[in-house]
Amino acid sequence: MSEDEEDETRGGEEKRRSPDPGRGGGGGANPPPPFSDQVLENVLENVLQFLDSRRDRNAVSLVCRSWCRAEAQTRRDLFIGNCYAVSPARAVERFRRVRALVLKGKPRFADFNLVPPRWGAGFYPWLAALAPAYPWLERLCLKRMSISDADLSLLALSFPTFRDLTLICCDGFGTAGLAAIAEHCRHLRVLDLIENDVEEEEEEMVDWVSRFSTTSLESLVFDFVGCAVNLDALEALVARSPSLRRLRVNQHVSVGHLRRLMERAPQLTHLGTGSFGEGGGGGGEVEVADLEAAFAASRSLVCLSGFRDLAPEYLPAICPACANLASLNLSYADITAEQLKPVIIHCHNLQTFWVLDTVGDEGLQVVAATCKDLRELRVFPLDVTEDSEGSVSDVGLVAISQGCRKLRSILYFCQRMTNAAVATMSENCQELVVFRLCIMGRHRPDHLTREPMDEGFGAIVMNCKKLTRLAVSGLLTDKAFGYIGMYGKLLRTLSVAFAGNSDLGLRYVLEGCPKLQKLEIRDSPFGDAGLLSGIHHYYNMRFLWMSSCKLSLRGCKEVAQRLPHLVVEWIRDKPEEDDGEAVEKLYVYRSLAGRRNDAPPFVEIL
Amino acid sequence: MEGEATYVSDLDNLKATELRLGLPGTDAPEKPTPASPRGSKRALLAADEECQSKSKSLGADSSGQEAAPVAKAQVVGWPPIRSYRKNSFQARKAEEEAAGLFVKVSMDGAPYLRKIDLKVYEGYKELRKALENLFKCFSLGELSGMEGCNGSEYAITYEDKDGDWMLVGDVPWEMFISSCKRLRIMSGSEARGMRSSP
Repeated sequence: MSEDEEDETRGGEEKRRSPDPGRGGGGGANPPPPFSDQVLENVLENVLQFLDSRRDRNAVSLVCRSWCRAEAQTRRDLFIGNCYAVSPARAVERFRRVRALVLKGKPRFADFNLVPPRWGAGFYPWLAALAPAYPWLERLCLKRMSISDADLSLLALSFPTFRDLTLICCDGFGTAGLAAIAEHCRHLRVLDLIENDVEEEEEEMVDWVSRFSTTSLESLVFDFVGCAVNLDALEALVARSPSLRRLRVNQHVSVGHLRRLMERAPQLTHLGTGSFGEGGGGGGEVEVADLEAAFAASRSLVCLSGFRDLAPEYLPAICPACANLASLNLSYADITAEQLKPVIIHCHNLQTFWVLDTVGDEGLQVVAATCKDLRELRVFPLDVTEDSEGSVSDVGLVAISQGCRKLRSILYFCQRMTNAAVATMSENCQELVVFRLCIMGRHRPDHLTREPMDEGFGAIVMNCKKLTRLAVSGLLTDKAFGYIGMYGKLLRTLSVAFAGNSDLGLRYVLEGCPKLQKLEIRDSPFGDAGLLSGIHHYYNMRFLWMSSCKLSLRGCKEVAQRLPHLVVEWIRDKPEEDDGEAVEKLYVYRSLAGRRNDAPPFVEIL
Repeated sequence: MEGEATYVSDLDNLKATELRLGLPGTDAPEKPTPASPRGSKRALLAADEECQSKSKSLGADSSGQEAAPVAKAQVVGWPPIRSYRKNSFQARKAEEEAAGLFVKVSMDGAPYLRKIDLKVYEGYKELRKALENLFKCFSLGELSGMEGCNGSEYAITYEDKDGDWMLVGDVPWEMFISSCKRLRIMSGSEARGMRSSP
């Protein structure tokens, strides 16, 4: 599972703190170094090739020109956290021997329809630079990029040793592109399509599963590709892929077909079921006992997901696999606590658990009682509206905090919460690195005391000393931000919505959190004064997003003028509401490439 | 929390030296509403007022529940759930409510049928208008399927869950869309017959 697995390590991009063009470029224009230096460089290269962490590599590259060159020659894995932070040409010029690339595009709020379509983050300009520069490219991971079928086709044809393609939250492509990848990437090992927007008309669908030419497939993930696939072809593919370890299918694969696939691939470690009930594409009903036998035979399973269209009587079929499970995603299964219990009580080794709030506080209590090793918990809402009843609350949160002391990451959607519960979690779960609480009703206070949620979040930043990512919600005053600024010294990512009273709140954060990298804010009363208070810090950040705040053109222009290496985008996608002075959507990021040349008409770069 | 007392006074000091774009001496924490408030901001302000009044009434609401919720404007992208997740449940709900949504509309004499989504209409008036638009190329004139009245010779009828053909307009709208399986615009004598029934 990789929903929003933001890599939190700092400074992963090619970018440096104070962009210095002198250091950044490749060695093209410089005279060759003297002989002894060349020897040193060769020795250095041999040493550096063992260095994996990009943070270490960035540090190495800052030592001197010689080290910078050597490091550039040996960097195999390139991470570009913002595709607009550096031009493709510059990236490939500096790093000549890249085998793997991670490239991220749109800001995260694009997932919630806040970024208009066709905003940008097209993959083609990168592809055009990568193809001639890295003929031996093996791995590519794109997140929130726009990639077309033609791009996928070109990709498949440009890199003869291409192995791994991972697309996360991307859009613009369909089955034709997938077919090109399947057909032309003869050494394909990984095709992971995670939460992409793949929508197609039935007539345009291509049978991409039949086109696979590889025999070394290790991972195939297509759980959210909307169209039905050729099930016979899928089965044949699984049968001829002895290295297959991860398989996640979409809801058009019925339980009957799933069982056959499992029989073909008993060595699977990660399995995503299709429809786990009455739905799916026919293929015959399956006895629960037979399904259970299939799970018993799959002795290597450590990760289970899927369970769409669940018929609850099928769920216990997974019990034989539960004791070995490290990760279980039931967040598409509308089940009660009673239905969860018989399954979860076997999951002693569970480290990651995603679930729907339909299990209620009671279900979470069972989880807390059993899953003592839990590291990550996500509780999603079934009813995604503000006024819904909400089935989990502070009670569930407290139970989890008491039972799962090793918790590192939590995402919790609810309608009722208390400061006391959040504070209790902060005291019990000292390992927390990620704390994301979403009280869905806007501006909701503590439901018992009617106070703002300031104290609860304050306790989190104060007590959880390892916290790097925080998302706040509920009724919050500037005080909450005061706490964040005062205690959130390791904070890298902060998400704010419908919170705060004044510019002071934003100022506390920008002045108090030295490690802040990503700040996304919506519908909060922060204006120009708050924005300007971050001028000293914006070059150290990957991005700032502010929408429906109180920004004006004057303040945004000032930021743009004072920080020439910052790209300040004013997104005006609602011209009918635009009065020419207020800035409804602002997206700010540092860049060595200057203003982009592919900005659509509704983006004004200040 | 520790240091709270000093913190509060710090807050006061900060407020005293705070840089604002407003005139010194004004105390409003929020800027006054602009001349033409935007939709989302209006919702935000309305929600603000509502919640401040709720949070001030300490102890007044002993049940701990929110007061009867004011219908809030739906805000884009809130709660923050990705669309594929929302859609995966809505798609199922839609399938379960098979009776109500897309229905075929046939009109006597027209060479082909149409399909409409009943959910997008708020009531019978909109539906009639939409049907007029759909079939206007067949020179419909004014559709009146409601109470028997003068004018055109058409009546709008629908087939309900039991398979009976009913005149559109008798039952409340919600009941209608939950039981309507298809629509038929009847013409001529059949229509007259339906309209003249009590």
